Amino acid sequence: MDFIVVQFLNGVASASSLFLVASGLTVIFGVTRVVNFAHGSFYMLGAYMAYTLTSQLPRGSLGFWGGVIGAALVIGLVGALLEFVLLRRLYRAPELFQLLATFGVVLVVQDLTLWTWGPEDLLASRPLSLRGAVDVMGRSVPVYDLVLIAVGPVVLAALHLLFHKTRWGTLVRAATQDREMVEALGVEQSRLFTAVFFLGSLLAGLGGALQLPREAASLNMDLAQITEAFVVVVVGGMGSILGAYLAALLIAILQAFGIAIFPKITLVLMFLVMAVVLAVRPYGLLGRPQAVARVGGSSLAVALRPAGSWSKTAAAVVVAVLALSPLVLGDYSMTVLTEVTILALFAASLHFLMGPGGVVSFGHAAYFGVGSYAVAMAIKYSGLPMLVAVVGSPVAAGMLGVAVGWFCVRLSGVYLAMLTLAVAQIVWSTAIQWDGLTGGDNGLLGIWPDDWARGRWVFYLVILTISAGGILLLRRAIFAPFGYALRAARDAPLRAEASGINPGIVQWAAFVLSSALAGVAGGLFALAKGGVFPTYVAIGRSIDALLMVLLGGVATVTGPLVGTAVFVALQDELSRFTNVWRFILGCVIILMVLAFPEGVVGFAARWRRDPDA
Amino acid sequence: MLEVEGLAKSFGGVRAVQGVTFSVAAGEIVALIGPNGAGKSTCFNMLNGQLRPDSGRIVISGRNSTGLPPRKVARLAVGRTFQVAQTYGSMTVRENVQMALIAHRREFFGLWRRASDLHVEEAMALLDRVGMAEQADRSCGVLAYGDAKRVELAVALAGGPKLLLMDEPTAGMAPAERTALMALAASLARAQGIAILFTEHDMDVVFTHAERVLVLDRGRIIAQGTPETVRADPAVRAVYLGSTAPVGASHAGS
Amino acid sequence: MKIITAALAGATVAALTVPASAQQGPIRIGEMNSYTAAAAFTVPYRNGWQMAIEEINAAGGVMGRKIEVVSRDDTATPEGAVRVAGELAESEKVSLITGTFLSNVGVAVTDYAARAKVLFIAAEPLTNAIVWEKGSRYVFRLRPSSFMQSAMLADEAAKLPVKRWATIAPNFEYGTAFVADFKKALTARKPDVEWVGEQWPANQKLEAGPTVEALIQMKPEAIFNAEYAADLAKFVREGTTRNLFKGKPVVSVLSGEPEYLDPLKDEAPEGWIVTGYPWQSVDTPVHKAFLAAYQGKYKDYPRLGSLVGYVTMKIIAAGIAKAGSTDTDKMIAAFEGLSIDTTMGPIQIRAIDHQSTMGAWVGKLAVKDGKGVMVDWKYLDGKDYQPSDDEVRKMRASNR
Repeated sequence: MDFIVVQFLNGVASASSLFLVASGLTVIFGVTRVVNFAHGSFYMLGAYMAYTLTSQLPRGSLGFWGGVIGAALVIGLVGALLEFVLLRRLYRAPELFQLLATFGVVLVVQDLTLWTWGPEDLLASRPLSLRGAVDVMGRSVPVYDLVLIAVGPVVLAALHLLFHKTRWGTLVRAATQDREMVEALGVEQSRLFTAVFFLGSLLAGLGGALQLPREAASLNMDLAQITEAFVVVVVGGMGSILGAYLAALLIAILQAFGIAIFPKITLVLMFLVMAVVLAVRPYGLLGRPQAVARVGGSSLAVALRPAGSWSKTAAAVVVAVLALSPLVLGDYSMTVLTEVTILALFAASLHFLMGPGGVVSFGHAAYFGVGSYAVAMAIKYSGLPMLVAVVGSPVAAGMLGVAVGWFCVRLSGVYLAMLTLAVAQIVWSTAIQWDGLTGGDNGLLGIWPDDWARGRWVFYLVILTISAGGILLLRRAIFAPFGYALRAARDAPLRAEASGINPGIVQWAAFVLSSALAGVAGGLFALAKGGVFPTYVAIGRSIDALLMVLLGGVATVTGPLVGTAVFVALQDELSRFTNVWRFILGCVIILMVLAFPEGVVGFAARWRRDPDA
Repeated sequence: MLEVEGLAKSFGGVRAVQGVTFSVAAGEIVALIGPNGAGKSTCFNMLNGQLRPDSGRIVISGRNSTGLPPRKVARLAVGRTFQVAQTYGSMTVRENVQMALIAHRREFFGLWRRASDLHVEEAMALLDRVGMAEQADRSCGVLAYGDAKRVELAVALAGGPKLLLMDEPTAGMAPAERTALMALAASLARAQGIAILFTEHDMDVVFTHAERVLVLDRGRIIAQGTPETVRADPAVRAVYLGSTAPVGASHAGS
Repeated sequence: MKIITAALAGATVAALTVPASAQQGPIRIGEMNSYTAAAAFTVPYRNGWQMAIEEINAAGGVMGRKIEVVSRDDTATPEGAVRVAGELAESEKVSLITGTFLSNVGVAVTDYAARAKVLFIAAEPLTNAIVWEKGSRYVFRLRPSSFMQSAMLADEAAKLPVKRWATIAPNFEYGTAFVADFKKALTARKPDVEWVGEQWPANQKLEAGPTVEALIQMKPEAIFNAEYAADLAKFVREGTTRNLFKGKPVVSVLSGEPEYLDPLKDEAPEGWIVTGYPWQSVDTPVHKAFLAAYQGKYKDYPRLGSLVGYVTMKIIAAGIAKAGSTDTDKMIAAFEGLSIDTTMGPIQIRAIDHQSTMGAWVGKLAVKDGKGVMVDWKYLDGKDYQPSDDEVRKMRASNR
């Protein structure tokens, strides 16, 4: 009994921490519709800033709380600055570009934090008053846990008062419902947004600062926190503050008990909760359906043109050059080229879903990963020949796509993105935690091509043929009736229905096709790398795929291919020559988003049509 | 063609439509009018499958369509236009019509043949009929609103419908364009024997083109008949502006 | 923007072009580590090997040739590391590859090395797999493995008057291997120990409060810990506040390394039995010289990584000198059985499994002047903590 009570208290204390970060995220999203990936960075900065302030201020409670509040205010200002300098320029761009920009910010902040505070974890000293414990049914519960237990509801109440009892709060709530209406009322939207960013970032900073008595400020706090915060926000219902608190309670308490009962599956638990909630309540516990905000927005409404004879010749020349490249390239260059070829198929598969389909998958790595594990297991455990094993990858990934797609086509926008993310996290956790089957984080090694395919020519040509074939299939599909039906379902679902098309089925089929081809890419990748690892399914790889598609341009067909080349060039080659590649990559991403939000190819196309643009 | 019997729908205790019964004969052009909140949209959305009625029966071409989703209703040779034109903004005008033809023939899972090469002539013929052939290669996303409405009409006709459901076909258009669009729709329908059921706020349009008018108020049909009968009906007058002046003397509603 | 696009295109072209490097001149060594993802551990490591390279080159290099290190970020992912290893071997034409920090990265490069027939000297990763299940003739490993460190700690743990043990370790290969090795080693030494429970928090995602309560609930008499880095600090704070450690001995791997110990400052848990590096008090002449040189050069004290990095390059130089060649087969033959006196003491590279006999310092934690330090420590030679040759042969039976 004492154990249950104390574990419950632990859960409630953790819930407060989760809630602070999630509430900021949900406020920012609710009003500005920006999916702010940099929110975790603000959380981390809050912890570091509080470390600096509390170690400068006199010791004791006053110094501690002064440092915490000071840090929260500083981070609030940083957030407002980010809105003012960067995001403000992107409100007209499609939503995903804002996300991309904030991801650039994450990378930049990582290196800036490293330079400012150094690589070592920083453990702040606690005021004496917060070090002790109180006796609860014979067990020691830290005083600070009780403080946290109180902080959550206090902040919840403060936010409630702010949003319901002040004019500003009323405006913000109105903006949450209807941005245009508030603008029509004559409220300057940009100021409101800056203020909202200040508040949201302040909450993130506060969350980070309040972690200091429990843990050291460290460089991986940002990404560790952001996924959890997203889960809480989505489970609670995007934009709902009370929902965020309830979700934080639900998740933290489940985790507190889960640790005691299933210590090995802690990673999966949170995402299982999210998947279940979204399957039952597609808009989260307290969320309401949002006005449908389409991925591409206006920039997608550009008519796609199939390749003309000139482009076809160019494509043939490119493929021919690629096919002959082993003549001139060295071994390592061939490795990179092979990787680009495979990732181009992966990016094209995601593009098919995102572009023509308008369905954003945040967890496309799930299908890539399942495809790669399918090949690896077929070779490792069944000794199947390579080409037979490769056939297994689209089957396995496609089957996952069938299951996930069935849920996904019922959701839209951010909820859909988050459900796909949850699935990817579940697959990732399984890959890490089911050692017996997957080899855990060491992965499965020795997955090399069959002997006949090991020469530098044969393997590369096999990869090129399959990848180019997959890309060609996707390209044909875009301009075939299926691709048109998909665009129809995206552009005007009501019209599609009225024409006798079932948009859900069409999108579902696209989901499966896209998953299957992502699986093929994963299978080829396993062979090219000689092994499979849980990192194939990690969030990072899903984001890489998004970056490739967005860098190239969603509204173009060749975009993902160019995006892949640009991305690999940026990430891999930068990391060869500099240790600050994250900073440079982040800056380049931000600049690219600012300069051409329609992607590289989209920009080129616009420039060709309209040289003055 | 269309038979509706005892149709009813409530939202949270509010009876939006109750006991609506009427029919539309083949080739007949019928208007469904009524003041705001009379239940026109609810009634219409039950006919086209977007809403499931609480009770009642809808029979289209002799087949019971009650509770079928819109795509199944479409398969009963029902074409549709929307209050706000629904076209595919990322496609050209011609491709919009081709898409409708592809959908009608259930060819939309094809992965290889170019969609833009399919049914070209048929699509051009339809566009010719609505006067949009010259703009066939323009992107639908950049069309003037009136043009988008005409494309929508071509799309609605693509499946060779026997019944056309038009929800406020002239909403959002300039007055001059309104009659022109409805005249076009009416003449095309008469030429091919297509029945039209439309809702409309613009009384000029209603009384010029409808052969028969149904008047809905507070979820019930309060009058029906030829335009002249309805115009003279005191109950209808009372509903519209509470006046005794003949309905349609000025632009009512909206 | 055109300029940026052009620059990007240029970078791609550069990446795909083969450098025509002649193999005269310096001996090129490929070095890779998680310099961005795990900077706190790898930057001191880099300082260490850089200092060694300067010393070696100042003394005339090896075989009259200078040593040139081509260093790369291994991206902290197995697949990224495989690509980087390929780049070093195929494009940079290095004579051998060394480095890596994370076990999964080390294992992936081990697999690559065996396939590409490139010599790989793994420095930091601790997993047994590198020399056993996945071992190959192309791969050597320097630091004491999880098996060896567990055995060293089990010797100490066996002396404790306790029976009921609980374990806590991060839920990935590093943690599972340490728990398995420690359980086996302690049970072998003291067959009547009882294992009352395990906690497996996700790596770097420790929910400290609930986890500590779950451990308390198991009512252990002693605890074996393999949490490290940020999770270690959380665990120590929460465990101390909640009286988990009161009256219970804790045996903890790596916690005495300055990398993990120093962030704890005055909250370092006194009395824990740990492996680590008491840099302040190792008073052999060679270590004193190393310490002085390091502090003079970097104005900072060495971490364990610094020492390992330093010793690694010295061992590599010695191996190449013994081989008298950068031919891979000759180098392998030279490294097998290589004996060298290092800053840590004499080290031999075992021919049977390519594991070095580098040892570890085992001692207790204490707080001195507001900082955590190791006291009552001793340096245990790695050669005394190895499985029997038969067992090794069995484990390496299926390897290349």
